[in-house]
Amino acid sequence: MTRRDKTPDSHDFPTRSYDLVKEFVIALVVVVVLTGGLAAIFSSPDENAITMSGWAKAAPNDLITTAAAELAGSSTSATYGPPYNSNGDGLKLGPLSLQKWAGVRLPVDSAGLVIDPLSAVSGNSELTSALAAWKEATPEQQTKWATDYVDAIGTAEADGEPATGAGGDPAKVAAGEYGPAPVLAAGLLTLAQTGGLEGALTSSGNFFGGDQTKALLLLSDGTYLEEQAVARNLGGGQWGMMNETGNYPGQPWMWLYTFWYQVSPFTTSHADNADAEVWGLMMLLTLLLVLLPFIPGLRSIPRWIPIHRLVWRYYYRGAGRR
Amino acid sequence: MTTRADPVSPGDASADRSWTVRIRSRVVGLVPEGQWLPGRQPVYVASWIYVFGVLTLASLAVVIVTGGALSLGGVAWYHVSSLGLFVNSLHLWSVELFFAFMVIHLWGKFWMAAWRGGRALTWMTGVVLFVASIGTAFTGYLSQTNFDAQWIAAEAKDGLDAVGIGAFFNVLNPGQMLLWHVVLLPFAVGLITVMHIILVRRHGVVPPIDADSPIEKEE
Amino acid sequence: MSALSFVTDQAGQYVHWGVVLISVTNLLIIVAMVLVFFLALILPFGSKQDRETAQERDRQ
Repeated sequence: MTRRDKTPDSHDFPTRSYDLVKEFVIALVVVVVLTGGLAAIFSSPDENAITMSGWAKAAPNDLITTAAAELAGSSTSATYGPPYNSNGDGLKLGPLSLQKWAGVRLPVDSAGLVIDPLSAVSGNSELTSALAAWKEATPEQQTKWATDYVDAIGTAEADGEPATGAGGDPAKVAAGEYGPAPVLAAGLLTLAQTGGLEGALTSSGNFFGGDQTKALLLLSDGTYLEEQAVARNLGGGQWGMMNETGNYPGQPWMWLYTFWYQVSPFTTSHADNADAEVWGLMMLLTLLLVLLPFIPGLRSIPRWIPIHRLVWRYYYRGAGRR
Repeated sequence: MTTRADPVSPGDASADRSWTVRIRSRVVGLVPEGQWLPGRQPVYVASWIYVFGVLTLASLAVVIVTGGALSLGGVAWYHVSSLGLFVNSLHLWSVELFFAFMVIHLWGKFWMAAWRGGRALTWMTGVVLFVASIGTAFTGYLSQTNFDAQWIAAEAKDGLDAVGIGAFFNVLNPGQMLLWHVVLLPFAVGLITVMHIILVRRHGVVPPIDADSPIEKEE
Repeated sequence: MSALSFVTDQAGQYVHWGVVLISVTNLLIIVAMVLVFFLALILPFGSKQDRETAQERDRQ
């Protein structure tokens, strides 16, 4: 809008009395009343967090499969790359390897998610022997045992794909050379079921929790967490970013960010790199919004679609009379 | 309190270089005299669309107060107390109102092209406030210590890790996220809000599009 | 384009229309905001005297 330098000084215009403080007080009363009313009528959501024992009891097969994948180094966190490990390069934004450049600042050993809590267990000689056998083996041997076990457990039939291995049921695994992997995975399940895994994976390094990095990585490596989320329409492909559990209000302002995850190419050809690209796209759009006053064309839209004539209709009426 | 100018000895030029005097002049000069809290508004300010800025500000005040009330009981209070749950509800709904009023305020300012007349910085601080508020709300959702917080953390880490931010801003660390939510981000939001309001008082409410200057008319 | 449908399950009530999946609550919030915006534009503001004053051109 090149007319910008012709905008007159607002202080030159005729004025009339207006009580700003009274306006604020009225606004405050309105907001307090609305807030109190909405809170009293609709309350707020509070679905309990998933505990390790809850996971173990609701989805034991998932926990065992996840434990096996951690040992095999094939879980999502194991192959994630920075900031947790170097087992991947991460995503790129165009030519920029931002994920990699940030570095491994939150190191997490995925096999350790299983081995560390189990190493603290005493009085279980089978488990102790399994741990010893694991630690004495070479990394290649460890990976082979665990990978073979993961393949043997397999997956259940889903989305038209046939079942593999034992269809996801560790109890039905065929005989094979899995080393101590089955005992270790089952040991983690038992530990979780008895409540011994709560707090055992804290990243804080001491008695005081507060950093749940390891616990959340283990939980999100399984399928149970996501299944619970998808059942509540919180999944990424369900506009989940906007939603809340139950019928509670969510985050409507996130609509544009989650929109891209519902459409091509971010659901198709660019699905693997979507996280980086959607972030980049949203940063660009945000920058455009910030710099709107300087963007020709965009800044003229209010002139082309004159909604402002409603806002200032009394003023324009006076101008017409002149 | 005297209204006379401070008596200055002849030849005392140090007052001009005084940091105190310079800062005072700068602060006083931010807003035209009488405009910090004026009792009058330009006559063209005559539409309900103008109340959404103050509604946003009032909502922010309620968000902060209800958040403070939640802090009294701590982060897990609302799971075990019905009073805590009510306070949590107050905080949630005041946030919903805050965003609703802020977005309507943004819509209004866009269609009024309110960045005109040297008000680009007012617009820009407003958009930054919008984004900062989203970030603050985000850390709030991460601090709920419930299922939703677990899921949001698990999902959000992928977006932030993908662009390197996750290495420094760890959404899987509730202790860190809570302090960002309660200390760092509200401070930033508060500071930029003050800047935004000072800019509005400084420039005054933007005149209508294509308005003629009343002074030129009198010539 | 799939027909508009309502989904009610453990997730709460949702509206599904083509690629759009939105909770009834969020939809109501957005509709209310648009309505309030529209009303703010068209409802008369202030007293009659205020509105007459707004039409004046000369400085007082």
